[in-house]
Amino acid sequence: MIQKKETLLEIHDLSVSFRMYDHGLEQTDLKVISDLHLTVYPGEIVAIAGSSGSGKSLLASAILGILPGNATVYGHISYKGQQLSAERQRQLRGTKIALVPQSVAYLDPLLKVGQQADGHKKPYPTEKRRSLFKRFGLPDKTEQLYPYQLSGGMARRVLVSTALITDSELIIADEPTPGMSLNQALEALKMFREMANEGKAVILITHDIDLAFEFADRVAVFYAGTTVETAPASDFKKGPNALRHPYSKALWRALPQNGFHSIEGFQPYAGNLPKGCLFAPRCPYKTSKCEEGIPPVTEVRGGEVRCYHVT
Amino acid sequence: MSGTLKRVIRIFFTYSIKIISLLLAVSIISFVLVSASPVDPVQQYILGLGTAVSPEQRAEIEDYWGVNEPPIERYFSWLSELLKGNLGESAIYRRPVADIIGERFVNSLALMLCAWILSAIIGFSLGCIMGMYKDKLPDRILKKICYILSSVPTFWLGLVFLLIFAVGFRWFPIGFSSPIGVLSKDVTIWQKLHHLILPAFTLSLMSFANIALHTRQKLVDVLNSEYVLFAKARGEGRWTILCRHGLRNILLPALTLQFASFAELFGGSVMAENVFSYPGLGSAVAAAGLNSDVPLLLGVTLFSALFVCVGNMIANLLYGIIDPQIREVGE
Amino acid sequence: MKKINRRTKVLILTVIMAIVFVAIYLFGIFIPEEAVAGSFLNAKKAPSWEHPFGTDALGRDLLMRTLKGLSVSITVGIAASVISAVIAVFVGIAAATGSKRLDAFINWCIDLVMGVPHTILVILISFALGRGLKGLLVGIASTHWCSLARLIRGEVLQLRSQQYVAVSRKLGKSSGWILIHHLLPHLVPQFFVGLILLFPHAVLHEASISFLGFGLPPEQPAIGIILSESMRYISTGMWWQAVLPGLTLVLIVLLVDKLGDNLRTILDPYSAQE
Repeated sequence: MIQKKETLLEIHDLSVSFRMYDHGLEQTDLKVISDLHLTVYPGEIVAIAGSSGSGKSLLASAILGILPGNATVYGHISYKGQQLSAERQRQLRGTKIALVPQSVAYLDPLLKVGQQADGHKKPYPTEKRRSLFKRFGLPDKTEQLYPYQLSGGMARRVLVSTALITDSELIIADEPTPGMSLNQALEALKMFREMANEGKAVILITHDIDLAFEFADRVAVFYAGTTVETAPASDFKKGPNALRHPYSKALWRALPQNGFHSIEGFQPYAGNLPKGCLFAPRCPYKTSKCEEGIPPVTEVRGGEVRCYHVT
Repeated sequence: MSGTLKRVIRIFFTYSIKIISLLLAVSIISFVLVSASPVDPVQQYILGLGTAVSPEQRAEIEDYWGVNEPPIERYFSWLSELLKGNLGESAIYRRPVADIIGERFVNSLALMLCAWILSAIIGFSLGCIMGMYKDKLPDRILKKICYILSSVPTFWLGLVFLLIFAVGFRWFPIGFSSPIGVLSKDVTIWQKLHHLILPAFTLSLMSFANIALHTRQKLVDVLNSEYVLFAKARGEGRWTILCRHGLRNILLPALTLQFASFAELFGGSVMAENVFSYPGLGSAVAAAGLNSDVPLLLGVTLFSALFVCVGNMIANLLYGIIDPQIREVGE
Repeated sequence: MKKINRRTKVLILTVIMAIVFVAIYLFGIFIPEEAVAGSFLNAKKAPSWEHPFGTDALGRDLLMRTLKGLSVSITVGIAASVISAVIAVFVGIAAATGSKRLDAFINWCIDLVMGVPHTILVILISFALGRGLKGLLVGIASTHWCSLARLIRGEVLQLRSQQYVAVSRKLGKSSGWILIHHLLPHLVPQFFVGLILLFPHAVLHEASISFLGFGLPPEQPAIGIILSESMRYISTGMWWQAVLPGLTLVLIVLLVDKLGDNLRTILDPYSAQE
């Protein structure tokens, strides 16, 4: 029923590559995100789950248009049905799309926390920020502190506040919960849920699969710079048979409560991607077809998957 | 806040001890150096008197200077006089060295202060422009200019400016801090300023390149930081980022560098003062060296070391007061 | 392919610069005395084809005098920077490998040398040694080693923390062996680049001190002395004696600066990114 709604964010065949200089003068292109598909509807929380170092954070930068100068973006991103041009991204940043960054390093070390949470645009009411801080259990004096004086958990809560203080319709939260206590994390996720219920949307980037399927509506499984499967979170609770892609199944089996069965091999390095399906080198169902080209996105049982051997 | 005060006091005291040890070492080294000189200071002094001196008078002067005492004793008697504030009498000016230094330092300070502020403002602004336009045309041009300027000797630049602006356009006088033939008490502040502009400008050109290149590098680092990335993600524009994050994070290092550059400033002022015949410490020290005026030479050397140390001390204190990240390390 | 081309280009450029530099130097040395002799008939001539830099108040050809002065300056500059760089290497290695106390002491010494304006210190030293070449050399050499020493200290400390050095130590190699096999190969290029980059400072200081009258004796054709003489005639409009020799000095300094930069690029491929 969700699918019938108008999309908030649609990403088609998004690739991001970096121009790198090897030994001074020779340049090579590093493809860090390849042919990524993602759709986000108003009113839902979509988790992007994958192991660390798979380029998840760069996806956030690509949506916001803040990739470094040596990055090239291919593919389409549209927001509310409209193509996201650089100009449009500039308008939406901080007003309609907000980012919750990963760590305290994203706060200016010489600017007091209160001022940073308020943001550069004056209309943001200090009152709203104070009530947010209160909800997160941040003491009153927090606004007078400098970032280095914050504990890890406090810093995360401040970072989440910076996004919630805006009237954004889409929040991209990059690993928002580590370092918070369970209660604080639940409070943050509760707020995300409230926002979703108001018709906004949240993209939750995380390496924590449990968190992803516990709190998100849908989970996109991220592998080597692409989403191999997007499935309703309930499928992850049901178990591997409800899942579609071999990597999703492997990920499920690798969870501690499911027996810790990890599969062999490593994620391919961005400079050394296989020609065909990115998971092929580690896949138990691999056929020669898999090595020839990247499988197209197919819809299977209400989810999207890139695999020739969907079960 | 009391933590800040405590830390500043601690920096002050540790640095003061260091300054004392450095000044003591400078006094020993400079004393050894002038003692080793083949030039006989007594002979120079007598030559300076311009009259014939009987052997008795000569012996008296030698006694006064303590020439026949062992060097170590001589050093300690000089040092004890120094601590009492007596730097001896200048052989060329026939007046107490302390008075000369005091008088001339006011002139030099005016010159150095103007140049210092000018170079800070020019250097910092250019550094910001270069950082904001990194690798674009304005940055490339300004960087070239900075590199070239740092290869140009100050005194030659001063000569060229003299040729262009004083000899060519006749906008400025060719020397002296006051017009010739006017009593020093009748010199107006405007006349003084008029004589100050060219040397101050020359001196500032010598040091702004350093501060500009440094500011550029710092700004580039800041603009590549994660917190600027986040600021962009929140919709801040280039100039908002510069004002809200850039200046805040580069102003302090720039100011610290500026205070730490007192040695170059003083050295440069020696050259500028000699080119423009400006009556400051720099022209005094050159005259002292050329005319073997040992007390004045020692006095100015010690004073310049004190001046540099104070600059470094201020730089250190500033760092301790303003930068909250240093506080974390300190506590 | 591209990489080789670019590197080769830098290399060729560097060699050309070095040749120009050496040519000027040798030419200056071998200028006969007659060429810089004065004649009152020719005094205070503005630049012409015959005298491209004009002549000074004694009728000496300023181009010849500048070139001769330049070679004197270069000699002083090279000698002073070599001495400085050698001091810097010893001090830097000693600070990095010696005891904590030695390190602290060397740091204190560096603060001491940096604590007195260099111009003043050189004046003092040249006063102590009786003005002239010796005082100038010792003065410049003993004030210019500080920053290179700090650089080398940092480099050695960083090298020592590298794994292969730790492995060698575990294998029982002596510190002398490690010094020769692991540290020196890295430090030698650093030394040469540092040396070349010291040179412009040394030459500029030499010119400054000579200008003040503490360096070479007045009859020597050093750039600083030519410029200091030009001061006397500056108000009469003899611009050439002040401008042209100074400009030549600046060009030589820029040439050597660029030479050092290129050399660094060639020796360290990673710095080529900038």
